Amino acid sequence: MTESITASNISVSYSGKQVVSNVSFTFEPGSLIGILGPNGAGKSTLMKAMLGLIKKNSGATQIGSESIDKVRKLIAYVPQRSNIDWNFPIVVKDTVLLGTYPKLGLFHRPSKADKAWAMECLKQVGMQDFADRQIGELSGGQQQRVFLARALAQKADYFFLDEPFVGIDVSSEEVIIGILRKLKDAGKTVLVVHHDLSKVKSYFDDLILMNNVLIDAGPVEQVFREKNMTRAYERPMTMFDDLEVQM
Amino acid sequence: MEFFHDLMNYAFLQKAFITSVMVGIICGAIGSFIVLRGMALMGDAISHAVLPGVAISYMLSINYFYGAVLTGVLTAFSIGAISQKSRIKSDSAIGIVFSAFFALGIILITKARSATDLTQILFGNVLSVRDSDMWITLVIGAIVIVTVALFFKELLISSFDETMAAAYGLNTRFIHYAIMFLLTLVTVASLQTVGVILVVSMLITPASAAYLLTNRLSTMVVLASFFGALSAVIGLYFSFLYNMPSGPVIALATTSIFVLAFLFSPQQGLVTQMFKSRGKQDAAA
Ligand SMILES: Nc1ncnc2c1ncn2[C@@H]1O[C@H](COP(=O)(O)OP(=O)(O)O)[C@@H](O)[C@H]1O
Ligand SMILES: [Mg+2]
Repeated sequence: MTESITASNISVSYSGKQVVSNVSFTFEPGSLIGILGPNGAGKSTLMKAMLGLIKKNSGATQIGSESIDKVRKLIAYVPQRSNIDWNFPIVVKDTVLLGTYPKLGLFHRPSKADKAWAMECLKQVGMQDFADRQIGELSGGQQQRVFLARALAQKADYFFLDEPFVGIDVSSEEVIIGILRKLKDAGKTVLVVHHDLSKVKSYFDDLILMNNVLIDAGPVEQVFREKNMTRAYERPMTMFDDLEVQM
Repeated sequence: MEFFHDLMNYAFLQKAFITSVMVGIICGAIGSFIVLRGMALMGDAISHAVLPGVAISYMLSINYFYGAVLTGVLTAFSIGAISQKSRIKSDSAIGIVFSAFFALGIILITKARSATDLTQILFGNVLSVRDSDMWITLVIGAIVIVTVALFFKELLISSFDETMAAAYGLNTRFIHYAIMFLLTLVTVASLQTVGVILVVSMLITPASAAYLLTNRLSTMVVLASFFGALSAVIGLYFSFLYNMPSGPVIALATTSIFVLAFLFSPQQGLVTQMFKSRGKQDAAA
């Protein structure tokens, strides 16, 4: 059962400087939500703070009426640039298998069924032919697909993806957005940090627009408007001419 | 073959053999995680920093195990505190803490015991392994092997992708300190065999050789343990037959294995790659 996701009053500072100020929003399940804002707006920080990966000054994230700490296993997170060692002795299929760990708990090894499921997830992102490759021997787009497959393997209800489309090829982007749409149709909640304004309308149902403070949050038609965008990007409106921003 | 004959007949040699093999195994196992987590310097630091603990144990005439574990853990925490609570980077923090502990250790040891003891602790003397040393090593070995086996999943994911581990609720800081603690235990177990100065060669070199040979962590751990045990036995052999200090011989044995892996690893070896690219040229011609 997926439930609504609510952030209330989230604020984060790095060495005294507040980079996320009092951000609140709530979204119902079954939505593909873009987190939008200029570089340095605090999008990645907001995501990490929601997940409890960094210290907040204030605020909380709730899934339904539960604190996010109680439902960690329902959440899959794909960071912006995984700060992993690409030379680690692990192959693609074993990387995807890591997705089954959260629900296994201590002392349990992945079963045959878990391994089959990991392969299934790898197929969904079209990477089954690379199953035995070492993780560093892939292109950026392929790596991103593998990490998405790992997120799928988690059988999560809430997906947090930070800039999944940056530095990847067109076909990888198509595969990934296709999967995110399917997840949404299955009633999952998918949050995606994104900064390419040209795809916003076709990709997302809902938007969180921020630049340190929250500018607006809600359906795309409501948020993706010139007034909001000018405030967020602090630039003249001509910039948005091609983007079908609502006037 | 006289060595094997003596191995059958002399209890002191059997003790030394069992201890070396166990030390090799656990150094390889923990060393794999140390290598992959980029904590080689930390391994060096902790192994040096157990010295004052050993000295204090001598002074209080308790088993060196207690003092060594205490100062080892203290070192891990001091390094963690300095690098987290100030702008000092962790490699500098490691340098500051371990040189201090090591210096203190040398002064205490020279006060507490004679210079020959210092040499033994620094460079190892596998032939002087006593019953109690062997038992400590076996107990530590059991703890290390069982821990690595039971928590392999958690060790794997927190070493590979700490962010994911933290996101699903693993306490990654606790895991870090648990590894530091195991590292301290392993160091203590290695004192008699390789000595303080060269423990790092047992931790880092067999694991690095194994790293060049496989893309699976479990295989890497097993290979590293095997290389570690092999090096330890080679060390024992030479120190028995030619009366050499065991630590340096073991260190050179690990290095030889590493060089072989470096040159001939099927995927990454220097020589292997030369042949591969020549093969390609021939195919093209
Ligand atoms: N670990 C950090 N320490 C200090 N400042 C940081 C850190 N991470 C991000 N920042 C700063 O916080 C601000 C927001 O960063 P971030 O959340 O990464 O923005 P975005 O993802 O929207 O580009 C930026 O000004 C960035 O320089
Ligand atoms: Mg970012």
